[in-house]
Amino acid sequence: MSVPRYWRNIPQRVRMEALKCKSCGKIIYPPRAKCIYCGKNDFECYTIPEKGRLISFSIIRHPPIGFEHTTPYVVGIIEFENGLRISSQITDVDINELKIGMEVEQVFRKVSEDGKSGIIQYAIKFRPIFQNI
Amino acid sequence: MRRVAIISYGMTKVDRHWNKSIKDLFSEATLKAINKVNIPKVDAIFVGNMCASDLCDQNNIGTVVADHLGMIPIPSYRIEAACGSGGAAILSGFMAVSSGLFDIVVVGGVEKLTDGVGKKATFSLGKAADFEYELFYGITFASLNALIMRRYMEVYKVPREAFADFAVLMHRNGAKNPYAQLQFEINRETVLKSEDIADPIKLYDCAPIGDGAAVVILCPLEDASRYSDSFVEIAGIGSATDTIDIASREDLLLLKSILIAANNAYKMAKVSPSDIDLAEIHDAFTIDAALSLEALGFSKRGEFDKLLYDGAFEPDGLIPVNLSGGLKSRGHPVGATGVYQIAEITMQLLGEAGKNQLKNAEIGLAQNMAGVASNSYVTILKRCR
Repeated sequence: MSVPRYWRNIPQRVRMEALKCKSCGKIIYPPRAKCIYCGKNDFECYTIPEKGRLISFSIIRHPPIGFEHTTPYVVGIIEFENGLRISSQITDVDINELKIGMEVEQVFRKVSEDGKSGIIQYAIKFRPIFQNI
Repeated sequence: MRRVAIISYGMTKVDRHWNKSIKDLFSEATLKAINKVNIPKVDAIFVGNMCASDLCDQNNIGTVVADHLGMIPIPSYRIEAACGSGGAAILSGFMAVSSGLFDIVVVGGVEKLTDGVGKKATFSLGKAADFEYELFYGITFASLNALIMRRYMEVYKVPREAFADFAVLMHRNGAKNPYAQLQFEINRETVLKSEDIADPIKLYDCAPIGDGAAVVILCPLEDASRYSDSFVEIAGIGSATDTIDIASREDLLLLKSILIAANNAYKMAKVSPSDIDLAEIHDAFTIDAALSLEALGFSKRGEFDKLLYDGAFEPDGLIPVNLSGGLKSRGHPVGATGVYQIAEITMQLLGEAGKNQLKNAEIGLAQNMAGVASNSYVTILKRCR
């Protein structure tokens, strides 16, 4: 991934910034030009909560290019109190302890490397909360 | 709007065609289709393809195939809608003929996945999903389907075995299809004991990686009898989109783009799900079969397993599903799949399906999609006498 391409998404990758529609109040993530619920385009910035619940997960055994060294790894859909859902990687977890409904929280992690000379891509992932105690 | 007929079809066997290029495959299917009919010309080619840029290092596929077929200088271009490219090509050909712009068009799909090996193919196929918000995090295409499958089993309490048993049915059908990539039967254990791909998805929940090309020839319905003794009508066609990332959907288990595309196609053809005699559905993963059958109106939501065990999807059932073996057994040369489905329904309606022939089939439906139904195509074909 080119540096500008990574850089453009920093508000989402590292600050978890979404859009809140001023017209219908719904949260839009990933950001879009228009609200997918009411079609208006008047937004304010909304930061996704630190904590959510895992509503589905998968353990990836056959990775795409760039993820070979971390395989197997876990991806999931996280649901927040306001009903917003996002996809992300689930980290710092024993795959035998994965459970639907488990509480997860944001954590800043390396995602992948773009070859030997490319940039290292970082982003927010999610980890189970119990490991944090 | 002119009514549109399919007057011919041609397919290659889906396989790992190490000795054939993307051009060889497309030309083979096209010449099979052209040689069956008596057409004076071809006005244009629409070719569905997804991965050639990544795996064959080739863009401009329309020109490549027109050149190879000696059809220069007619218009020819590629249509890309990921795994729905074939369905999108059919819609484009339909629009071209029904509008009156062109009279005789070749609509095909071609895919050559085996020129890219292993992770390269996995990555290329993954591009059907949202690169910036799914692939970036290492999410693969199989894992997106896995996320939905786990959710489905959790919400509807459908046992995992039901998905395995759907794959068993597909292989039973595909074993009798000479064009199928995996022409052998399996049992429930084959699926459950196969390799983990992206839990809970196992190898035998997935369509195989393969190459192939399928082609149909379209013309105005009123001219069809001049070119061929047998033909079918494209009686209804619909298409719709949904969010590119799956997490943005309010209902993760409703493939809304299929529902909308199907409703539009049913309306145009003036039929309802109960009028359909057979269907080719997009079972890239076994979970896709469940959700597609529900969105098409063949099953109540969350009850796909009940109908499966009632035998509804069997060749002699209420709604025979994927007599070809489906993506699971026939194979899934992605950009060609939507055209394979149309060719197979045409073959059934014309009574040319050999060992898999259904008796008295009048109306067939094909459903093709990209990603986890972020882009859908539903086409209804009617037999013409």
